[in-house]
Amino acid sequence: MQTIPEQQAKERIASVIARHFDREALNGRLFINLGVGIPTMVADHVTNPHIYIQAENGMLGVGCAAPEDQMDHDLINAGRTCVTETPGCSYLDSAASFGMIRGGHVDATVIGAFEVDQEGNIANWIIPNGKQLGVGGAMDLVTGAREVVIAMQHTSKNGKPKLVKQCTLPITGIGEADMVVTEYAVFVFDKGRLILRQIAPEITLDELRGITDAAFDVDL
Amino acid sequence: MASDKYRSIEDAIAAVKPGSRIMVGSFGLAGYPAELIEALAASGVGDLTIISNDLGTPGVGLGKLLTNNQIRSLIGTYYNWNPEAAVAHNEGRIEVTLVPQGTFAEAIRAAGVGIPAFYTPTAAGTELAAGKETKEFDGRTCVLEPAIHADVALIRAYKADELGNLVYYKTGRNFNPVMAMAADTVIAEVDEIVPVGSLDPECIVTPHIYVDILTVRKS
Repeated sequence: MQTIPEQQAKERIASVIARHFDREALNGRLFINLGVGIPTMVADHVTNPHIYIQAENGMLGVGCAAPEDQMDHDLINAGRTCVTETPGCSYLDSAASFGMIRGGHVDATVIGAFEVDQEGNIANWIIPNGKQLGVGGAMDLVTGAREVVIAMQHTSKNGKPKLVKQCTLPITGIGEADMVVTEYAVFVFDKGRLILRQIAPEITLDELRGITDAAFDVDL
Repeated sequence: MASDKYRSIEDAIAAVKPGSRIMVGSFGLAGYPAELIEALAASGVGDLTIISNDLGTPGVGLGKLLTNNQIRSLIGTYYNWNPEAAVAHNEGRIEVTLVPQGTFAEAIRAAGVGIPAFYTPTAAGTELAAGKETKEFDGRTCVLEPAIHADVALIRAYKADELGNLVYYKTGRNFNPVMAMAADTVIAEVDEIVPVGSLDPECIVTPHIYVDILTVRKS
């Protein structure tokens, strides 16, 4: 197994998810919401012009990050990054924005996670260490978006599997994960089963099983 | 000023009494009533319940109220941008109620539109739903969430007309329009007050029926 440097791993994850959305958007307009971190990077990789980005703090049609000379601190995404407008964008209040999400109008959300288990449960809002205090829109997003895509590195910083049999951290949503993309693999959940769909050239199937605690079927 | 709702920032903030439940519009440092919060910090009024998405950053915006020990309890969604909140909570100095962001927004809207509680699928099965009533709808477990009301709402809008109709600016809109419906007294901090009739009726987001006091930013 060949280790993939962190930045390269993140870029690869974002690019794999972007290609997935580019393909989905061939069937019509696609509305996506991107979480903080690797998910935000997906915006830099999508190429299909029929993809529209929703930010839960109240904007549909989010553009790229604002260049320094165009930063407006009242024009931000949910990660508090200054962004730009796209033609046809609109603003919403927070209740309407989450209504759009909870109402099932947003096609997909991409979020990071601490753990995802083989039942599709997601833990991404808190590590109970006394330092964190917040949930933000994570629970609303996993419940509301039609497709929940998890973008995460395959193991934690100290090498522990993040794709586990059962989440040990407080969960964000029950059985809400639809797809998990790591630097080594792409998994989907289908009828309650976790299925491996793609594997990176740097790793063998046995090696992948070695860094994956969750049980999965293989359908490459 | 031709608006009978106009008050100076200092006079406006006098509506906040010790022990009040105060809603404050904001998302991070976007769309928050900076000068009303400054005045509230300067007033030293304490024992407050602050209902807001987050608590700014340490010592800035709403963070200042925490630094000043004016807060008794917080109801909101995300305090990781201000680590002082977790410290104060761990030391038992403040009570904190975490609510998922969409539920929080909807609970405020509900208070404004006369709905005392509502069922939502968000948070079902998580620790934020612990102890809450649940019910199945179409095979999906939903959680009963109460409306969130306040004594005073401090909101940030871009412009008001003399009647108190409000328009907002970009993502500075955030929670402000729903909070403007959900408090007994609503104070809006705006850049300017324009004559009645000069705002396009199609573009008014908050009709003046909801707004009690207008203040104008000095800077």
